[in-house]
Amino acid sequence: MPKIDLKTAGPFIALVAIFIIGILVNDAFLSTGNISNILARSSFIGIVAIGATFVITAGGIDLSVGSMAAFISGCMILLMNALMESIDSIVVIIFLAVLASVGIGALAGLINGLLTTKAKIEAFIVTLGTMGIYRSLVTYMADGGTLSLSFTIGDVYSEVYYGAFLGLPYPVWVFFAVAIIGYVLLNMTVFGRHCFAVGSNESVARYSAIHVDRVKTATYMLQGVCVSIATIIYVPRLGSASGQTGILWELEAIAAVIIGGTMLKGGYGRIWGTVVGALILTLIGNILNLTDAVSNYLNGAVQGIIVIVAVYLQRGAWRRDS
Amino acid sequence: MPENNNQNMTMMSVTQLRKSFADVEVLHGIDLQINAGEVHAILGENGAGKSTLVKILSGFEPASSGEMMLSGSTTSNTAGSVDGAMQKLSFWNNEIAEQSGVVLIHQEFNLAEQLSVSENIFLGNEIRKGLFLDKKSMHEKSRTYLQNLHSDINPDSKISDLAVSAKQMVELAKAQAKHARLLILDEPTAVLTQQESTVLFELIERLKQQGVAIVYISHKLDEIEQIADSITVLRDGELIGNYPARELSKDDMVRLMVGRELTSLYPNIPAPDTESAQALSVEALVVSGVGAPVSFSLRKGEVLGFSGLVGSGRTALLETVVGLRKQASSAKGKVILNGQQVDLNHPATSRNLGIAYLTKDRKGSGLLLDKGLSLNFSLFALHKFSKILLDTKKEEEAFNAAVDTFDIRMKDSSVTAGKLSGGNQQKLLLAKVMEAEPGIIIIDEPTRGIDIGTKSQIYHFIAELVAAGHSIIVISSDITEIIGLSHRVAVMYHGEIAGVLEDDEIEEEEIMRYATGLKSKLLEIHSAEQV
Repeated sequence: MPKIDLKTAGPFIALVAIFIIGILVNDAFLSTGNISNILARSSFIGIVAIGATFVITAGGIDLSVGSMAAFISGCMILLMNALMESIDSIVVIIFLAVLASVGIGALAGLINGLLTTKAKIEAFIVTLGTMGIYRSLVTYMADGGTLSLSFTIGDVYSEVYYGAFLGLPYPVWVFFAVAIIGYVLLNMTVFGRHCFAVGSNESVARYSAIHVDRVKTATYMLQGVCVSIATIIYVPRLGSASGQTGILWELEAIAAVIIGGTMLKGGYGRIWGTVVGALILTLIGNILNLTDAVSNYLNGAVQGIIVIVAVYLQRGAWRRDS
Repeated sequence: MPENNNQNMTMMSVTQLRKSFADVEVLHGIDLQINAGEVHAILGENGAGKSTLVKILSGFEPASSGEMMLSGSTTSNTAGSVDGAMQKLSFWNNEIAEQSGVVLIHQEFNLAEQLSVSENIFLGNEIRKGLFLDKKSMHEKSRTYLQNLHSDINPDSKISDLAVSAKQMVELAKAQAKHARLLILDEPTAVLTQQESTVLFELIERLKQQGVAIVYISHKLDEIEQIADSITVLRDGELIGNYPARELSKDDMVRLMVGRELTSLYPNIPAPDTESAQALSVEALVVSGVGAPVSFSLRKGEVLGFSGLVGSGRTALLETVVGLRKQASSAKGKVILNGQQVDLNHPATSRNLGIAYLTKDRKGSGLLLDKGLSLNFSLFALHKFSKILLDTKKEEEAFNAAVDTFDIRMKDSSVTAGKLSGGNQQKLLLAKVMEAEPGIIIIDEPTRGIDIGTKSQIYHFIAELVAAGHSIIVISSDITEIIGLSHRVAVMYHGEIAGVLEDDEIEEEEIMRYATGLKSKLLEIHSAEQV
């Protein structure tokens, strides 16, 4: 059964191979600091990509996630700064901002979902549109510059990004928690099964009494919530947001999903594959930083090659019988 | 030889033509001779093989075996032949067919909706002036062709703006542009008004005068009687015979098309008690895009057959009933289930209330062909296997039980649904729907494209379901199947139920009369209403 093995194990094998290359390239690669840095950095794209796994499995696509992340960051910062005047407890302020973040993410997803299902516009076009809208809104909110979080709040909030539990940074724990929930949801619930069915053949799904529109909309909302979670751990990292925040996240997220073995045309999705995909993308950047052999400026090129090779291998185009 | 008026010259002849799809032979040795300057009608019930036959004649499908001869032409395919002599067609496809003047006008038109009339008429056949298209002369010629048809369609109109009958005219103009010598018309009047049909018949008459051969498929026997010169009758892919049209009456035509014996293929299905309650009644339901309100009812323990020609609106009606299609917005139709009015706005609502619909489109709407069998099996009734998480063990057990009950045969249970044979796919689909335990089951084309053994199995499943108290609606284009299974038969014609036949009325020729519009109970009802 080499077919099945390659499909499921392929991304893991690639991850191990790249990891070994990392060890060979630089001794510093294996240092605790570097490893936890890689994990923490991959968690943003990873969490967004887990949401994207649902959207893509159900046959959709969401290009708006990067802009959405920037927009939500901006909203959170403005909200927290504003709340400082009326609320004394910084923890309460942060908590309210987190709630608002999840709410905005879900709402943004709902809008994407309703526009694709009820207004029947292609997901690519809808999310291309909302991508531009959110990007422009955050630039407007920042008046073309940067929104900065008040230092008083930033000092407390930064613990969320820089703090650690059992030696692992909090973002990594959040990443794995989201991955586990995502895995259970996609593979062990009615909703997950419906995502597969809708992405595989919408007509069959409809004739199987599945609420196709609801399932699709739910995937976009889930994507929105994932973006908000990524934003919640991203904001304390820099304490600022601008028109440049979250640039190209959508493409990195889609790349992670595809490297992980999820089919872009829908009908088949793998959460662990996506997690591995996100790790691979971060590893490549990290290794290029640690070596002089290939310029760091070629990061995007290497990532691009990895995506193309991954899809080539999964399609089995190299196999004669197919 | 378009100028030659020799009426007896053979245009095309076909000997022992056979066609198989996968392993199933659908045309069993057809002989046919089509003469120049003559209308040759091909008659047969739905599924008799008419469309397959004309697709082969026009090069859209290759024949599996047999010989086709065409009178000499100037194309490279028949180069070297003496003009007018019959030439064996060794290599035949649609392109060569059209170059040789053999043109099929499809039932569903073949027009580029976004292009203009003249662009369509000359599509792939454009007139050029140097490097550029000669729009002016294409426009002029299009106008001439359309004038030949007594049609005042503007050659610059966009196809998508035209009425269906006008699109038909464009198709006919297109055939003229291709200098058709053999014109095949597949149900051309299905979309035309009486007046437009008359114009078409005049055109056909003129084409005959010019020596064009015309192959004509229609279910409307009046038309056949009016315009056909010779008639070929097909039944179940067999050639029943070639006849001069004057030798056949309309009753003869029906008898030849139908004439079959019912066999023990069908189990005995005990009729429901006349006292038994109505399981489902549909009142004045209006299918979106149709217009006429339709009513019918189904008793508990009854099998109600829906017969009618392809396109008569059976599937649309029942898909509307279960909520797969929206009812026309202005309509006030009601669905009453076990005495209570219900709003079946989504298939999930129908499923929860105990009505299930089995699609006729196994591959497109029934099964996820690239997914496993168990996943397909549980999809319709997935809620049964879920509390918060899916109970895959319970799912697997139910699947294994269904494999036994419905006798689903497969190499091993890890294959995808697409790898099953048609019969086993149908059984899997039945198992999938039955897992939701519906009281009312609507089965659309229960045995299309499956072998006789599995057919019989499926009929017996239906009998068992009825015995267990289920009520069933069967939609089928196979009249013998309808007769073999149904207690009552609703026959549809043009989106309406032309009549509900009972007892002795359930008989092939009578059903065909209703299906082809020769008879209708609607008129009686309408006139009764007016009194």
